[in-house]
Amino acid sequence: MSKKTIVALAALLAANIVPGFGQSGRDHINIVGSSTVYPFATVVAEQYGKTTRFKTPKIESTGSGGGFKLFCAGVGVEHPDITNASRAIKSSEGATCAKNGVKDIIEVKIGYDGIVLANSKKSGALRLSAKDIFAALAKQIPDGSGKMIPNPNQTWKDVNPSLPAVKIEVLGPPPTSGTRDAFVELAMETGARKFQALADLRAKDEKAFTAIAHNIREDGAYVEAGENDNLIVQKLQANANALGIFGFSFLDQNSDKLQGSYVDGVQPTFEAIAGGSYGLSRPLFFYVKKAHVAVIPGMKEYLAEFTSEKAWGADGYLSDKGLIPMPEAERKAVAKAVKELTPMKFK
Amino acid sequence: MNSLTEGKQSASGRAIERVRRGLGRRHAAERRFRLYGLAAVCLSLLFLSVLFVSIFRGGIGAFRQTFIRLEVFFDPDVIDAGDPGSGDYGALVKRSLRGMFPDVTGRGELRELYALASTGAAFQLRDMALASPDLIGRKEAVWVPADDDVDMLVKGVYDRRLPESGRRTSDRQLAWIDRLEAEGKIARRFNSLFFLNGDSREPELAGIRGAVMGSVYALGLTLLLSFPIGIAAAVYLEEFAPDNRWTRLIEVNINNLAAVPSIVFGLLGLAVFINFMGLPRSVPLVGGLVLALMTLPTIIIAGRASLKAVPPSIREAALGVGASRMQTVLHHVLPLAMPGMLTGAIIGMAQALGETAPLLMIGMVAFIVDVPGGWTDPSTVLPVQIFLWADSPERAFTERTSAAIMVLLAFLILMNAAAVLLRRRFERRY
Repeated sequence: MSKKTIVALAALLAANIVPGFGQSGRDHINIVGSSTVYPFATVVAEQYGKTTRFKTPKIESTGSGGGFKLFCAGVGVEHPDITNASRAIKSSEGATCAKNGVKDIIEVKIGYDGIVLANSKKSGALRLSAKDIFAALAKQIPDGSGKMIPNPNQTWKDVNPSLPAVKIEVLGPPPTSGTRDAFVELAMETGARKFQALADLRAKDEKAFTAIAHNIREDGAYVEAGENDNLIVQKLQANANALGIFGFSFLDQNSDKLQGSYVDGVQPTFEAIAGGSYGLSRPLFFYVKKAHVAVIPGMKEYLAEFTSEKAWGADGYLSDKGLIPMPEAERKAVAKAVKELTPMKFK
Repeated sequence: MNSLTEGKQSASGRAIERVRRGLGRRHAAERRFRLYGLAAVCLSLLFLSVLFVSIFRGGIGAFRQTFIRLEVFFDPDVIDAGDPGSGDYGALVKRSLRGMFPDVTGRGELRELYALASTGAAFQLRDMALASPDLIGRKEAVWVPADDDVDMLVKGVYDRRLPESGRRTSDRQLAWIDRLEAEGKIARRFNSLFFLNGDSREPELAGIRGAVMGSVYALGLTLLLSFPIGIAAAVYLEEFAPDNRWTRLIEVNINNLAAVPSIVFGLLGLAVFINFMGLPRSVPLVGGLVLALMTLPTIIIAGRASLKAVPPSIREAALGVGASRMQTVLHHVLPLAMPGMLTGAIIGMAQALGETAPLLMIGMVAFIVDVPGGWTDPSTVLPVQIFLWADSPERAFTERTSAAIMVLLAFLILMNAAAVLLRRRFERRY
């Protein structure tokens, strides 16, 4: 390489890099947050990028908690504009935001996601109740006299005589996952409350109750299968006796091989989750920095695209991807709040 | 005298006897030892071929994609010839699908019919009209990508014998697809979109060009930084530096750095380049810097090893005829050490090409549709793209994941081949 080429290359490199240092403006929307909302937000972003003159937003999948951490770090182009979340913002996160100058936040609820317990179609569908789920998966359960004992149940028949005599084997997400948080809150807590001893405990000492209700057994009946839901799907196909816990969209995509278990008499179908009769469903959100709406080009258009009927409506493209839409009245109310950029109020 | 030699002979005879007795056992041990080695080679070849075959079988399908032939009338009433960018091209796609099946009515049925073609079809028509505006007002036969569910069905990934409730395509859609196939209006063709597009959430439109370009930018910067710095460091440490406590400390540290888990470099990059220097997240500039830090120790160690391999007689001869130390190094030692240094650099680069962990921390694990055009455009890299696709719910992404792995492997083989070639070309023997 001659000296001239080296100098030319260095100049080229410098010319390419230098504009980046200032970072005075940003021409794309920067989104972080939940891996559950990621598959939906990315579809909207892609549609938006193709149909408007703006660049396609950049979406990082950081998890809900990680998203809030980045989102609340401050106002300015180096911080994300939007964070996706599979749960509502916590008041502690709201306080962090406020401390760093992120004052006006717009909360946008986008729909629901169902959590399913599915198994291979090679064996029959299970008919579970929340109580069965707790009795099968809790680390400690109350015995007849109300004393807490380590979970002795080995087969589903031990849990409930109407269930088959098959070993309890559940593949589910690890504690870092939002799906796990939601599963523990929706299924385990509800199930725990069905035991008289635990219901009494809840009335007396809610912290002690939560500690028991949120504690999943670690003796091998519950296997932490990692964040990759496709892996769980593959393992379920290989092992007809195992049950997997994951988001509804993965069941929807693999409906030829897997079936959802009935929970309290309801099977997880699109209609049942949308209608609210299936218990294990949670709302999904994204949060927007109001201060950024006027600064970053295309923010208003992105919000309009996400809250349009063709995206989140009953027949919208998000429902094709497995997002369960909200009732029409609620969609209208949220869309109106988004259009007027009404900031949320922390309780 | 006689008895003495006799005794000697018998002693050596006994020794030979003992050697002979043990000979069979030693030969057997030797044969066994060779067999173990051969078995180890065979076993690793077996694993490698299982890996290759499974990836190849899974991914080969992604290079062919199902397309549907549409008769599209570029209606001037729908598309304004003055502004072809803003027409409702989706309506054109729907209209031509209806034209093929005029007996389909009813909202639900029509929805199923429209679902046969990819949502990318409308954008394809728009790009066609933008490229040649004289299309407007004409009727044209266009091959557009089919929806991923249709693609999976045609490829036989979905079982069509299952009852309707267990399939993602309805009975009606099956009948339409069969009719289109019989008429030759559905065909599997080479999937150029896979190589030309950026990422997409629609599997039939998703491509690896964005990730490949991201890898090219990041690795280009890595090479530009780590190769000269690494070689300079290696030359100084090996040829000029005094052997004292400080240089020994540096040497130990470099060896340790080569063994540090790569995610630590990602954390360093996050703290220094993004939080302290204020560089943007998710850009190949930061990715390249982080990967350069990661590959530096490898290059320095390989560089020093190949400098050590140059015989001292070369240096002594050069110094003997009056060359300065710099001339000795630049004119004689470095050219001889170059093949080894290049090999080290390329192996370091190949390692960097397959790295995702440090990039996770600096935000390069992200959904990015637009193909990056420079060092400061957001982008991902090839292994990250594989990771993202492997985690997507759509079934069609499974084969795309394998196909992307094949592309990554092709790059790795190419880089390793380059290393071998360079070594062959420049290697000199004494």
